[in-house]
Amino acid sequence: MIRLLPYGARAVLVDFDRPADVLGLHACLDRDPPDGVVELVPAARTLLVRFDPGRTRLDRLTEDLLGRSTVDTTDTEAAEVVVPVHYDGPDLIEVAGDAGLPVEEVVRRHQAGSYVVAFCGFAPGFAYLTGLEPALHVSRRPSPRTRVPAGSVAVAGEYTAVYPHSSPGGWRLIGRTSLPVWDVERDPPNLLTPGTRVRFTAR
Amino acid sequence: MKAEVLTPGILATVQDLGRPGYAAIGVGRSGAADRGSLRLANRLVGNPEGNAGIEATMGGLVLRFSSATTVAVTGAPCAITAGGRAAGPDSPIPLRAGDELVLGMPSRGLRCYVAVRGGFDVPAVLGARATDTLGGLGPPVLTAGATLPVGHRVLGPPNVDLAPRPPLPDEPVLRITPGPRLDWFTADALSTVVSRPYTATADVNRVGVRLEGPALTRARSGELPPEAAVPGALQVPPSGQPILFLADHPATGGYPVVAVVDENDLDLAAQVRPGQRIRFFQPSLPSF
Repeated sequence: MIRLLPYGARAVLVDFDRPADVLGLHACLDRDPPDGVVELVPAARTLLVRFDPGRTRLDRLTEDLLGRSTVDTTDTEAAEVVVPVHYDGPDLIEVAGDAGLPVEEVVRRHQAGSYVVAFCGFAPGFAYLTGLEPALHVSRRPSPRTRVPAGSVAVAGEYTAVYPHSSPGGWRLIGRTSLPVWDVERDPPNLLTPGTRVRFTAR
Repeated sequence: MKAEVLTPGILATVQDLGRPGYAAIGVGRSGAADRGSLRLANRLVGNPEGNAGIEATMGGLVLRFSSATTVAVTGAPCAITAGGRAAGPDSPIPLRAGDELVLGMPSRGLRCYVAVRGGFDVPAVLGARATDTLGGLGPPVLTAGATLPVGHRVLGPPNVDLAPRPPLPDEPVLRITPGPRLDWFTADALSTVVSRPYTATADVNRVGVRLEGPALTRARSGELPPEAAVPGALQVPPSGQPILFLADHPATGGYPVVAVVDENDLDLAAQVRPGQRIRFFQPSLPSF
């Protein structure tokens, strides 16, 4: 089930019951974009469809969107990025405590997951990765750190992520990687674009 | 040919029309907060509209140009001197080599735009010469002593003497349409938004304008998972006091959006100063 929510005169927000459908519709529209669509922005439960009101109308776009079927993105040959991690983050012991697991088990399970970039946000190139096993779903820190180093590997809620830049942040830090996930000289600048499959491996 | 920043004022940044199309990787459009004023400044000096100019906040900007050129100042009206002589806004201003361009404090409005013939030719990041103050992308915020190369991208000679513009209103009226999360609020939310003026708090920057006025009441509790935002979104944190998103808004936000300001009115919104009142208005027919 999808719901279409008007978002100003130049965008419509598609709201999904199933988070997995966000990337499915994104893939479908990416392959065959409706007339006048200028940008697609996936997020946790929604896909923003921005359009040029000079080239299409909301009613026409609505009809097109409701007629689309989502593409199954789980078995595609999407690129996989392997992120090498030193599991020595300052919150690793705390995360293990909250999860009720030994530290080694947290490290093993984090590596065992196969992840997909669901969407980006918070900061340029900050990719929210889904696929974290429920035992590792922990809350954010009660008070965010003022500076989290670039390359920090972190978990919060249902997501895991790599901080692309040093920035403030409230996620629990379990490790770090030297893989540059963000480089403005590159196009696209981030390795972890929506739909990319990701694995973590200890080193 | 270059320009040297002698004094940047409170905040001066290089801006063009931004980097659209990167929101899916967490990069917002950024660019001039008052896009119409940057476009006009460029047209006045014969540039393509998307050349990079300088956005100066509350005046106080002093630039020195190494060679003879033509500049234009648009946006918030302020006293301008060029090479020691008074000059007017919204008009091409000829400069001699070594002349200083001085912007006084605007009498109303917040942001002035300076275009130079050929454009400020700083390196582009992701295709744009725009300083994204939230995302930390693009040219650095201007500091005293910074030098900016001037480029050669022009369309033709300046061909108007003056582009008169209506004065900025004391109490701008911004048109809104319903936002995607109107159902997170009580049924009277939109009538509350348009009922009385809001006042811009001291928290006014390129990311947005934090407002104070009629509070909006949530009809449901809980947290909204992050979702894409657009310029003009009126996002409502738990305090019930809305924040109006401007050029450097985050690509995704976590608070429900009750209404969206018409993109055509965002240039006016970008000129709102701390303490100023604004009013929202819902046209009877949606604009699409």
